[in-house]
Amino acid sequence: MPHIPSILTHFSPELILVVGMLLVLTYDLWVRGREGLQANLAIITTVLALVATLVLWVTMPGSHPVFEACGPGAKAGTCRPGAFISDDFTHFFRVLGLLGTLLVLISGQTYMRGRTAFKGEFYALVLSAVLAMNLMAGANDLIVIALAIEFLSITSYILTAFLRHDGLSIEGGLKYFLYGSITSAAMLFGMSYLLGIGGSTSVPALAAIARNPELAQVQGYANIMLPALALVLAGIAFKIALVPFHQWSPDAYQAAPTPVTAFLSVGPKAAGFAVLIRLFVGSFSSLSASWLGTMGLLCLLSMVVGNVAALTQGNVKRMMAYSSIAQAGYMLLGVVSLGGKTLMGLDSVGAVLFFILTYVFTNLGAFAVIIAVEQATGSAELGAYRGLMRRSPLLAVSLVVFFLSLVGVPPLAGFVAKFAVFGAAVTGGQVPLAVVGVLTGVVSVVYYFGVVREMFFGASEEGQPGPIRVGMGTTFVVLVALLMTLVVGLWPEPFITLANNVAHSIAPALQAAGGH
Amino acid sequence: MSVPPGHFMALSAILFSIGVLGVLLRRNVIIVLMSVELMLNAVNLTWIAAGRALGDIDSHIFVFFSLTVAAAEVAVGLALVVAIYRSLGRTDVDDISMLNG
Repeated sequence: MPHIPSILTHFSPELILVVGMLLVLTYDLWVRGREGLQANLAIITTVLALVATLVLWVTMPGSHPVFEACGPGAKAGTCRPGAFISDDFTHFFRVLGLLGTLLVLISGQTYMRGRTAFKGEFYALVLSAVLAMNLMAGANDLIVIALAIEFLSITSYILTAFLRHDGLSIEGGLKYFLYGSITSAAMLFGMSYLLGIGGSTSVPALAAIARNPELAQVQGYANIMLPALALVLAGIAFKIALVPFHQWSPDAYQAAPTPVTAFLSVGPKAAGFAVLIRLFVGSFSSLSASWLGTMGLLCLLSMVVGNVAALTQGNVKRMMAYSSIAQAGYMLLGVVSLGGKTLMGLDSVGAVLFFILTYVFTNLGAFAVIIAVEQATGSAELGAYRGLMRRSPLLAVSLVVFFLSLVGVPPLAGFVAKFAVFGAAVTGGQVPLAVVGVLTGVVSVVYYFGVVREMFFGASEEGQPGPIRVGMGTTFVVLVALLMTLVVGLWPEPFITLANNVAHSIAPALQAAGGH
Repeated sequence: MSVPPGHFMALSAILFSIGVLGVLLRRNVIIVLMSVELMLNAVNLTWIAAGRALGDIDSHIFVFFSLTVAAAEVAVGLALVVAIYRSLGRTDVDDISMLNG
């Protein structure tokens, strides 16, 4: 029998999110038609869930399986491993997801205020998207992985198409939906073959079969495992927006309300990497010889296509879509550098986690500026940034810092992150990919500089537009992101130690794989 | 006189491929949605066949979840199609091309 109280404890961040979501919806019915505090309720819920996660992380370290079953239903004498695992790795991604959402909610609430009458639905959907991300972070069973990914996808489709009187928003949502439903069908198809081979939906049980094909239920079918895993990889790569599963992302990013774009650029990506790392590095590392090539190809394509396609974009949200595809390519570079060691003994998974940590803050900082500019000028086209330095020095200078960090210029956080990932790639036997990464990183300077040139040197034709009033929320988010970008860049040791500890918590198998 | 699991697997692979072809070849969004549903149901068939062959209850439970998810997904999809029909007056995937680049 599962212990009910322990489920309540280890699920407390998720339970808080569910309660908060229902409260937001109920409150919305209550104040229907009047100004309300839905955004504040959502922010409070997120903060509470964040606190609960931190308390869990500090007071209950180690790995805690939830929904473990040793009852009569489980196979003779063995316990079924937990369908959800609450460990350091889960906590890390919970904290990143919740922090990211918090920053999005704070910087985006004035943006949403004038654009939709359905505030309750919007904030409830954002909260349920975070809930889905938390579930993805700890999913340890094919059923939970599939349901969490579908949950996040369906909420993201609605959020993208949220401005339903705006044809563009609907079109972006529909494209996202069509690509998404096809890849998720493919992913479910792959999972059904994994079940057929392994006779279980539990990831640890499948991992045992991957290590020892003799255990497979259907003899001779073990070589179906690789195509099945490839289909699952396609489903995850779609959530992360890796080339060639990226076609939806520029359209959805451009069309979605900008706070949603900010959310999509960090949330699903981080959660997708959580599943990817837990599944492939944590559980199927014994098959790494087979999936490394495929992932290496995705990594190469993402870095090249992302950085090259961003060069010709005239819309900054669309440019950021390609830029985030390229950044995902760099993160994947860390995943394929199995066994690589880098800065301060950080291993390759630790390097990915560290990269994601810096990416969340830098990218959300950049998006806070993009939201503020769109609010002031009504546009996310390149021309809207003309003379921004004169109109708002804070926004202009911080956007430059965020772009420099995304390029990877010392002493900013992005530099340490890229250094860590490239170091892992060189020591992990992926030298050609690391070279491509450095070269495409140089290309990325060009498109980021296009925006910077407009802000500093662009002459305005239509007179002198006045200064931009920057709201409190935006200022707060920009300052927090600036602080993190500088602190992580100048004083990375505690963050590297954190990433390393988290990486060690999921990958005992990785240590073995790194040994040979 | 039971049907061997391989037959079910083959049937579901064929259904899945028909769904993929429908998605790739048809231009009407509604037909594309139907093709996606066909893909999802092919997957359900695989789950049931595998679960039956292995005597595993988890996969049968999964199908219930999968059906629910497919229903939620198609609800969102149809809502999007209705919204796009209102703004464009057509539901052809080729006409939905304001975003480009």
